[in-house]
Amino acid sequence: MSGPEIWRRWALALPSVVVIMLFSILPLGVVLVYSFLTPGDFGNVKWIFSTEGWFSVLFERNIFDDTISLSDANLTILLRSVLLAIVTTMITLVFGLPTAWFIATRAPAQRNLWLFLITIPFWTNLLVRTIAVQEMIRSEGVFNRILLALGIIDAPIQMMFTDFAVLLGMTYVYLPLMVLPVYAAIEKFDFRLAEASYDLYASRFFCLRRVILPLIRPGVIAGSILVFVPALGAYVTPRIMGGGKSMMLGNLIDLQFGQGRNWPLGAALSIALTVLVLLALIWYTRLTSGRKENDHV
Amino acid sequence: MKFASRMAATAALLMTTALPALAAGQLNIYNFGLYTPPDLIAKFEKAYDVKVTVTEYDSNETALAKIQAGGHGFDVIVPSAYIVPAYIQAGLLMKSEPSQMSNFKNVKSEWVDVSWDKGRHYTVPYVWGTTGVMVNTKVYKGDLNTAAIIFDTPPELKGKVNVVPSMNEVIDMAINYVGGEACTTDKAVLKKAHDKLMEAKASWASIDYPSFEKFIKEDLNASIFWNGAAMRIRAENPGFAYGLPKTGYPLWQDNVAILADAKNVENAKLFLNFLMEPENAGLVSNYTRYGNAIAGSDKFMDADVLKAPELTIPDDLKSSAHFLTSCPPDVQQLYARIWTDLTK
Repeated sequence: MSGPEIWRRWALALPSVVVIMLFSILPLGVVLVYSFLTPGDFGNVKWIFSTEGWFSVLFERNIFDDTISLSDANLTILLRSVLLAIVTTMITLVFGLPTAWFIATRAPAQRNLWLFLITIPFWTNLLVRTIAVQEMIRSEGVFNRILLALGIIDAPIQMMFTDFAVLLGMTYVYLPLMVLPVYAAIEKFDFRLAEASYDLYASRFFCLRRVILPLIRPGVIAGSILVFVPALGAYVTPRIMGGGKSMMLGNLIDLQFGQGRNWPLGAALSIALTVLVLLALIWYTRLTSGRKENDHV
Repeated sequence: MKFASRMAATAALLMTTALPALAAGQLNIYNFGLYTPPDLIAKFEKAYDVKVTVTEYDSNETALAKIQAGGHGFDVIVPSAYIVPAYIQAGLLMKSEPSQMSNFKNVKSEWVDVSWDKGRHYTVPYVWGTTGVMVNTKVYKGDLNTAAIIFDTPPELKGKVNVVPSMNEVIDMAINYVGGEACTTDKAVLKKAHDKLMEAKASWASIDYPSFEKFIKEDLNASIFWNGAAMRIRAENPGFAYGLPKTGYPLWQDNVAILADAKNVENAKLFLNFLMEPENAGLVSNYTRYGNAIAGSDKFMDADVLKAPELTIPDDLKSSAHFLTSCPPDVQQLYARIWTDLTK
């Protein structure tokens, strides 16, 4: 490639580079700076250097006797967020993979219709969809009424305001994000390879595990990242479905910027969340780039 | 604040993209959801030939953050008393001197020299109310005026209790319940309140601003709630009653003020003066179902509002009230820690 060619490429990329710098790196820098300041009396920050915000992410000074220990509350919330995000990813994968497979194996004209159906939920606001799910699982909601009418249960099951409810809401909301990339991978899959494995006496399970899954792995991993990342920072779903009794990271951050009036802690928590997401992405690139070596094993 | 449905406000925020029309005169009001009577606005628009735009927010904290960020385009805001000092300290309110306005004579004397705005240089009183306990009497037959409904939940209400996520009001009530004063620095009292809250949480269904439906359909049977909101619920489900804990409960007031960077200052001043007219204060009370601070507004208020038990504080419970304020910053941090622990 000649010199001017390289310059032209850079010039073409410049607008997007500027936008990324301006709207993602710069605010992140502001958040980072704020995480090292002192909380103001009514929110906001005082320009006095302090590491208290970062200290409070993982540790707490006991408010009653001043001893220092690991922050039980923050760690519980962190653990719950990671756990719920992982479980959501696994459930969406279990439901999403067969769905994507189903769509990819239809006639090409039909596929577009199915894909179109998958994207319909995106037309509706997240809040509205979450409230709709809530209507289904309320004590007086659709599920409980059907179960009561069938005589399967005597009293309504308390589903609302539990971790189950949060999980259900998140699975519903993030399922399309899993289906679409997995579909894209399956669509590219050469079905003659599956036939070849059958010819070589592979069982159906063996074919899935050793032939199909390794080839659609990039799609599965991309889908998992697309689900895991927003699930980790979910805010609306845990707040509405969880009934505010058990927060996730997004809600904890919101508390610090709102009623908690501790912006440095909120900023530190936000950076911590970003780092977690970054780690997940690094793991993702490792998995996908390491694929070729592993194929020979 | 204490408004009807935070959810409705959020939904309204997400769905409306109303741009102010270019009328001769304009006024942009920023208020809590379901808190601005449409008939009041129509009357003001007609009287002064001003096009009014109302935008809604869901909490004081949201509103303050938005105003601090700047570029909002609002003229008038309705902050609760506890957060007014934050606005004044940050220089966000205009010293519009409501006390010099012609209708100021109508403001009841007890609402003039208030701690958050002595002599009313910045704010006009909007409505005031109490934070108490609402419970379904079809299920619960005991004493109404006790916070034990929330903090020592009787068996018949277990799993049907809600607590609003309004940190200061909830923690204040818990501290009162264990025998302390709001914003106390006494760690032993704070610990007792903390432990009481943690123990009580097991009996709660949610810490949420629930839609009224949840009570009307009896998904929830008790809640820490605001008197005007409780009255709206009773209108739909007569089983619900409202009580004020003997151990202590918060009183609060919301105030109307002009923002320092308001564009339509003259219209905003007209609006503030307009609100202190007895007939208009009556409209506000009829809509929000809260009491106002304007003398002579009684004769413009609906009979059911005037006679509502929710709006009358019984004499023997008057001394249990404390005015809801923001605690000193160090105590506020302790509150936030207790709250995080409670909702972890």
